[in-house]
Amino acid sequence: MGQAISYFYIYFFNFTEQTAGGPTTATMVFLALLMTGFGFYDRIGQFAGAGSAVPVTGFGNAVISAAIEHRTEGFVLGVGANMFKLAGSVILFGVFSAFVVALIKTIYLMIGG
Amino acid sequence: MLKGKQTWMFTNKPVILETGVTGGPFEANGEIAGDFDILYDDLWMEQDSYEKAHRHLMEKAVELALEKGEIDKEQVQFFLAGDLINQVTPTSFAARTNGIPYFGLFGACSTSMEGLALAAFITNYGGADYVLTGASSHNAAVEKQFRYPTEYGGQKPPTAQWTITGAGVALVAPNGSKQGEYPHIVSATIGKVIDMGLKDPFNMGGAMAPAAVDTILAHFKDTGLTPDDYDFIITGDLGQIGSETAHDLLKQKGCNINKEKFKDCGLMIFKKDQPVLAGGSGAGCSAVVLYGHILNEMISGKYKKILLVATGALLSPLSVQQKDTIPCIAHAVSIEYGMNS
Repeated sequence: MGQAISYFYIYFFNFTEQTAGGPTTATMVFLALLMTGFGFYDRIGQFAGAGSAVPVTGFGNAVISAAIEHRTEGFVLGVGANMFKLAGSVILFGVFSAFVVALIKTIYLMIGG
Repeated sequence: MLKGKQTWMFTNKPVILETGVTGGPFEANGEIAGDFDILYDDLWMEQDSYEKAHRHLMEKAVELALEKGEIDKEQVQFFLAGDLINQVTPTSFAARTNGIPYFGLFGACSTSMEGLALAAFITNYGGADYVLTGASSHNAAVEKQFRYPTEYGGQKPPTAQWTITGAGVALVAPNGSKQGEYPHIVSATIGKVIDMGLKDPFNMGGAMAPAAVDTILAHFKDTGLTPDDYDFIITGDLGQIGSETAHDLLKQKGCNINKEKFKDCGLMIFKKDQPVLAGGSGAGCSAVVLYGHILNEMISGKYKKILLVATGALLSPLSVQQKDTIPCIAHAVSIEYGMNS
């Protein structure tokens, strides 16, 4: 499905195989948000398991489901404070592991070069 | 009267005069939908949050029990109830609405029988003319607190259970307070907290089974009865896995109960084709099944004497995250109908 969307961007817009990744991801996340909002992403999740949780769509679902859930506690303390309660750790460890990998690469290049 | 180590015999045999049972949309499609007084077709119940809907379920169940029993709330001395939400707020707020002197209980999913045992004890010794007792749970409110957001697409293992949406309330009174034949509460065994070291919050049935077994064995030891004295022994919400584990454990300990007679509320409430994994659970589960379905069946003559063992897992989201094990408890209450005639 992601492949289809990425071809769509390559053929109809000025994207190459390398640059189509960005808009494809954004579209997939947006679709996941819509499906969560209409209340059927959780059913797909039970059926698809890691297939729907691990890809980037799972990230969109984690953010938006928490936002919907805490809407009753208000926009600031409810939605604002809880939106990233599931996805927050993904961002933290994502950024952190990217940093570690970059560090390793930098050291490797310094030693190698 | 205390008998044995942990069992009360209610020699005056207090009665359950009336019950009020409310349920949600999932229960409306379930196996025992006909035994509910009111079924709501959406989880919001015209409230603006799930917690308020949870409170509404309890308020409505109390209202129905009083209305059906033709008792004014001013006549009721005590209200003993609880739920699973932090600080038992849905029930406490419902108690604010009905204005009846209130004991807030927490025994997780065993709250229903904790309340019934205490209500029977109070009425048996002349502590009250009328006592209301019950328990409730709301699927979305409980999921929000204990697990993930309702719309989150996480996958649950087949051992996980489905928290039911519903409230069950019973109006308990001393024997003979009203003309007619009513179900009698004869004894209650209060369980102790059992922890076998299980940690998986998605397999609470398995964790609770040893607690149910401990209480059932204690009940038979204290009262001198055997499984043959009961027509039906029902556990609260052990689910598929927990129920089988409990049955095997009982057999190992030399207590052989016919499988036909050993059922679980969590397996009775939903139809086989509903996507509830290992079965129903939640504080409201044993309350709605007993006060709705089972009492109706007793009155229709299907069972004369039953033992209901409500099981509770005394965990919190925090204790799970801190890698603590799950302590569990079970309380048993014995009810009979039409034994004198």
